[in-house]
Amino acid sequence: MTVRERLREKISAAFYRHGLLCASYPVPIILFTSASILACCYPLLRLPLPGTGPVEFTTRVRDYTVPSHEPQGDLGEQPDWYRGPPVAYIQPVLVKAAVSPWDSTLVPVDVFRSPLGRVFSLLEEIRNHVHDDGSGIRSLEALCLQVTDLLPGLRRMQRVLPEHGCLLVSPGNYWQNQRELFDSDPDLLKTVHQHEPKGLHTSATLRDLLFGVPVKHTGVSLYSRKRVVTYTITMVLGSYDARFLSSLRARLRQLHPSVNCSLREDHMVHVHFKEEIGMAELIPLVTTYIILFAYIYFSTRKIDMVKSKWGLALAAVVTVLSSLLMSVGLCTLFGLTPTLNGGEIFPYLVVVIGLENVLVLTKSVVSTPVDLEVKLRIAQGLSNESWSIMKNMATELCIILIGYFTLVPAIQEFCLFAVVGLVSDFFLQMFFFTTVLSIDIRRMELADLNRRLPAEAGMPLPKPGPLRPREAPPPPRPSPHTITLQTPAFRNLRLPKRLRVVYFLARTRLAQRFIMVGTVIWIGILAYTDPAGLRTYLAAQVSEQSPLGDGGAGGLPPHLGVAPVFPGPGGDPVGTLSVLPAPAEPTPLPENQSQGHHGAPGEGVPLVPQISWGAEDEEGWRRLSFRHWPSLFSYYNITLAKRYISILPVIPITLHLSPREAIETRHPQDTRHPPPPSLKTNDLPADLTLYKVAALGLAAGVLLVLLLFCLYRVLCSRNYGQNGVAHGRRRRGDLPCDDYGYSPPISEISPLLLCGHSMDIECLASDGMLLASCCLAGQIRVWDTQTGDCLTVIPKHGLRRSSSSGCWEQRDGWDAVGVAEPENLGGGTEPGGGVFDEGEGYPLRRRTTPRPALFENQPDLTPLIDTNFDSQPPSHLLLTPPRDGFDFGGLVEKAYLEHEPPSPGLTASYPSPLSGPPPQRRRSLGYIQPPAPQGQETPDWESAVWAMELRGNLIAAGRSNGKLELWDAVEGSLRCSNEDGVSGITALAFLNNRIVAARLDGSLDFFTVDINKPLGLLQYRGPPGRSNMPPSPCYSSEDVISCQLTRSVQCAHQKPITVLRAAAGRVVTGSQDHTVRVYRLEDSCCLFTLQGHSGGITAIYIDQTMVLASGGQDGAICLWDVLTGSRVSHVYGHRGDVTSLVCTTSCVISSGLDDLICIWDRSTGIKLYSIQQEVGCGASLGVISESLLVTGGQGCVSFWDLNFGDLLQTVYLGQSSDGQGVRQLVVLNNAAIVCDFGSELSLVYVPSVLEKLD
Amino acid sequence: MPRLEEHCWRRSCTSRVESKNYYRENWVASKAEEMMSIITSVLSNVYGSLHSVQTANLIRRGLVLFTVGVFLALVLNLLQVQRNVTLFPEEVMATLFSSAWWIPPCCGTAAAVVGLLYPCIDSHLGEPHKFKREWASVMRCIAVFVGINHASAKLDFANNVQLSLTLAALSLGLWWTFDRSRSGFGLGIGTAFLATVITQLLVYNGVYQYTYPDFLYVRSWLPCIFFSGGVTAGNIGRQLAMVTHYHNATLTIHENRK
Repeated sequence: MTVRERLREKISAAFYRHGLLCASYPVPIILFTSASILACCYPLLRLPLPGTGPVEFTTRVRDYTVPSHEPQGDLGEQPDWYRGPPVAYIQPVLVKAAVSPWDSTLVPVDVFRSPLGRVFSLLEEIRNHVHDDGSGIRSLEALCLQVTDLLPGLRRMQRVLPEHGCLLVSPGNYWQNQRELFDSDPDLLKTVHQHEPKGLHTSATLRDLLFGVPVKHTGVSLYSRKRVVTYTITMVLGSYDARFLSSLRARLRQLHPSVNCSLREDHMVHVHFKEEIGMAELIPLVTTYIILFAYIYFSTRKIDMVKSKWGLALAAVVTVLSSLLMSVGLCTLFGLTPTLNGGEIFPYLVVVIGLENVLVLTKSVVSTPVDLEVKLRIAQGLSNESWSIMKNMATELCIILIGYFTLVPAIQEFCLFAVVGLVSDFFLQMFFFTTVLSIDIRRMELADLNRRLPAEAGMPLPKPGPLRPREAPPPPRPSPHTITLQTPAFRNLRLPKRLRVVYFLARTRLAQRFIMVGTVIWIGILAYTDPAGLRTYLAAQVSEQSPLGDGGAGGLPPHLGVAPVFPGPGGDPVGTLSVLPAPAEPTPLPENQSQGHHGAPGEGVPLVPQISWGAEDEEGWRRLSFRHWPSLFSYYNITLAKRYISILPVIPITLHLSPREAIETRHPQDTRHPPPPSLKTNDLPADLTLYKVAALGLAAGVLLVLLLFCLYRVLCSRNYGQNGVAHGRRRRGDLPCDDYGYSPPISEISPLLLCGHSMDIECLASDGMLLASCCLAGQIRVWDTQTGDCLTVIPKHGLRRSSSSGCWEQRDGWDAVGVAEPENLGGGTEPGGGVFDEGEGYPLRRRTTPRPALFENQPDLTPLIDTNFDSQPPSHLLLTPPRDGFDFGGLVEKAYLEHEPPSPGLTASYPSPLSGPPPQRRRSLGYIQPPAPQGQETPDWESAVWAMELRGNLIAAGRSNGKLELWDAVEGSLRCSNEDGVSGITALAFLNNRIVAARLDGSLDFFTVDINKPLGLLQYRGPPGRSNMPPSPCYSSEDVISCQLTRSVQCAHQKPITVLRAAAGRVVTGSQDHTVRVYRLEDSCCLFTLQGHSGGITAIYIDQTMVLASGGQDGAICLWDVLTGSRVSHVYGHRGDVTSLVCTTSCVISSGLDDLICIWDRSTGIKLYSIQQEVGCGASLGVISESLLVTGGQGCVSFWDLNFGDLLQTVYLGQSSDGQGVRQLVVLNNAAIVCDFGSELSLVYVPSVLEKLD
Repeated sequence: MPRLEEHCWRRSCTSRVESKNYYRENWVASKAEEMMSIITSVLSNVYGSLHSVQTANLIRRGLVLFTVGVFLALVLNLLQVQRNVTLFPEEVMATLFSSAWWIPPCCGTAAAVVGLLYPCIDSHLGEPHKFKREWASVMRCIAVFVGINHASAKLDFANNVQLSLTLAALSLGLWWTFDRSRSGFGLGIGTAFLATVITQLLVYNGVYQYTYPDFLYVRSWLPCIFFSGGVTAGNIGRQLAMVTHYHNATLTIHENRK
């Protein structure tokens, strides 16, 4: 155990250092990594190009011996496939025949009938040729490749292709090699054509196979202008016998001399075929790749909270891919040649290596505290995950090692690759990905900074008023950098599904891109597979480049080793002669002409068909499809994959037939063919194909357009784009319209504005029936939540400060004025306090003379002040490190030292325990006050209300000077006051008859409210609501209420308490010192101290069911078990503080400073989804029902469907809704919500929810 | 590939195309038949409890699983088609579709049943499966499953024992990597056992026969494939159930309140 711990520590430390290194020198490390990737991939250059094109190798015929199976020493020039005997030797006999001289009496059929007829005699000759030297008699039967059945699926070819015997292919096969059938065939072309497949095809056809030359070169056509018929008799030999072949060659030459033929006969070409990937293999392959991409997609989708999600995803994929390449490269370097099909095992390798580590790293790094330096964050994140990464890696290596010992060669090879891949992947993760991550995080920090700076600069100066320095801290903002107003982003509206699909298509131009890509791929495939296209070119390049290609060729001219890639435009032998004149070749023309002339000298020269032999005839098979040989052999179930065939030099045969012979062999029906309309129909078949393709393409295009049009009509309604007009009640500009003009349907939600406060509202409290609000001016108003009427105003009558005189002046009927003018609080010369009119029973308090001179040069400290302790700790990440918390004392003092000695009246406004108002002053102030009419304590007007709670008719207000006051909500009278504490009350909880107050200095006070009244008067009001608060007793005005401090926990927390919640007999406090404490309400006993956050606590949720959730500045959310104090789950969801937390029975909803609302599954802690809000909206949250979430925005509240995360509706609170964000949001019992909104309150009923609930 | 080559040659003497897919068809078929009985009970259950939401959810999940099963059946069937007929795509496709039409649907049904059974058993046992519940992991699982099939179809093993042992180890590794639950293991074993028995019965009755039976008329590695297939289907089913679980919970709460 200790060893393990030590190991773990060491690994963690090493990772930490490594993280520091990576984050410190990103650029050199990335360069180094790239260099090592390239170095490791360098051996890959030696691997052959991928592709399935055949590879050639040429040797001399003369000293040819069958290569042995064993690799020999001098393999330098031989490819590694050139081992062992070939599958077969191909001996082509190229026949060129023409009727010469051409006679005008001849019909078109005569062009090919008699030349084709000669094939039978040639076949006879070849079959019967016997070579007899001393060693024995050899015939074709003995040498040729014996074939058996055709494949069963090839019934239609059974009559054509030879079975059970020699594989000897010629046009004669069309007529079963029987001259009688040929002679009695009325229509030769029909016979040839009937075996052709219908439609377009790219592979070899039967016609190609039998004729052995491409279709348009055969000359078997009624419209042939050249009148030369070319075909090949292909002998497939199983074994090589040089003497037999040379004797056959000599014999044929002797019989049919080709005078002008000077084809080279000394080279044989070995063609090696690679594995073909057919449909059957392609589909599983494609499937595995699809699964792979799905895996990558689902993995990278989890990358979150980084600057560039796509960038990181790309980096992750690059990491995995280059680690694979590195593994292949390294294996090649060390002599292990990959024998597995790379494309097949690649997805499995990726899946084995996996993206998990990368994701884990990212998650770990982004969940480190955001306020740390980037270097430290990276290092910390790395070291946090070091142990699990190492453990996983060791496990995987073990598994692979086990796989290695299965002793199956393929698995062993796979394992070897996987091991090297894993190691290189680890290397890349550590160096490449970590560095990229650090760069990304740094960019994110910069972006944050940029976002924050203008926000702070542009923060509106709080309306300076006379009260300002004393009791008006700046209104609680969610965060300084969320104030910036941005145009509302496109929100996820609840669109119909079909529209979403269409929008998605439209937004991404998916269909268009798909079609484009498809077209490009199709063209590429066509170009590649075209027999005269890229593939042959590539193959030719390969054979030309490889030193092996002409190893035996000696002084072979370069172009002879290479196939004529593009046959001449004329496409016939004569035409190409001029295009590709062979330099070694004597001009054949004179002889040819002389030969042609001796038959019919009277005829014109053009009528004499010229038979000429060009260089392209030498290797005529090159013009065939590259699938020619594989398909021929595959008919007999012989695969050429990974094997090779040897093609022997062609035997040329020239046939000249006399017109008389042609006429003799004529079939009676041949003359029925009309003579060709000469010259007009040249190359007609090829053109026809082209036209067919063009027509088909056009038709398909038209069809596609029609289809899309129909789709459009189906999907889009007629009034598409006029939605804004249709819903005429709302202006387009008000709507959260998306980019496509869709506006959500309107339902009748209209906010009820509650006006009356003169300044921004600071506190809100409600018990369901009543609503109390307190503004920055210290005025408390009580409203009826049903009607929206203002019931009470505290202070009771309108008190107004005159900006000129600096004292309170009374204005009767101030309440009636619905809207307060926010103007006259802008004087700025009055530090605070005021004079009350005596006639109203309020104390007259004479202020000491204000010192306007001091204020002239007063430093503006307002940006430093953030007193929104209730919902939000200060997030001046730039100004104060988190452990300093609320200690503004140093700042304040420093600022004041530059000016004048601080005055107590001024410093009182600063919420610092150090600079708080001296208590004796307050007491002296209090002593000069005359007693209140009720004989109770006097209210204190000079300090701000920081916390307020409402139970029954009692309003508990906690002030910044530590005073706790109890007001009667209905009558507006002060019932009780407690001044035991001096530190400001930051949070209050009022439960049953107990009040818990949390103070700025971290202490926690428990008060008991005693009511001296007959027991019977204790009554309950209000229905027992759904809210978590228990019904509160009602206090009648006759009762004497006293509030006593029962217990004060002095050092509840080391730092100021930021959150206080009470429910179910428990009081939960959260503080800046990263801990949450749970107290029992009855005896104020501390039950648990919950540790687990790495930042101050900013949000706590507890309800009757004892569910406790806490969120902190570290962006983490913890769920606790209140009974045991154990942590149930711990999730990181936000970048920055968690500003608000709400739980429902099934999920936890959190909002953060990053304007993200996350919805978590409560039981598992898995994030279900998140909603990105516009900037500055994410602070306030409320749950109306189990499925309805309400969030505050800029001048609006939005309703969301919790089940799907869809925006249901956005309700705008006022006309001029700009800039006023909803900061607090209270959900009332009757399915209404109250939110503050500047100086106004807004009461929004949600009727639809009511219907749903009842 | 000498072994495959040899297969081809030998088969080419007989009616090789027809015999090629027999053993693959076989297990698919058997799996399906086995599941048919179960699905009737499940269906009756479904109709019995006419919870509209639950039913819709169940049907949706079942449909997804069915599609996945059909697709995988087609693809894995193709994997078994040997490689040297590649030049005749039309023929291969014909072979693929000339095999009994009911095989892919049955395979899909089997996948649906297994995939629905896993979360059901999980909830009955009261131990929700939480190990690596995310789509990326599910995709990885499917990829490994395809890889196991690939290995069984394409790799050369010295003998059948080695093949079976390797596949068994791979299947166990699959379970350990992606499942690690007792119920998953039990159900996988049960699936493998039942399916193998049914296959055995079919073969014994002469409905089908294997080209190369090596162990009492069946291929000895069949149970491994069944096992990993069961685990994979269960994995998908659980993930689907987890995704819809949340909706489900909220919806039922709603209804209860009404």
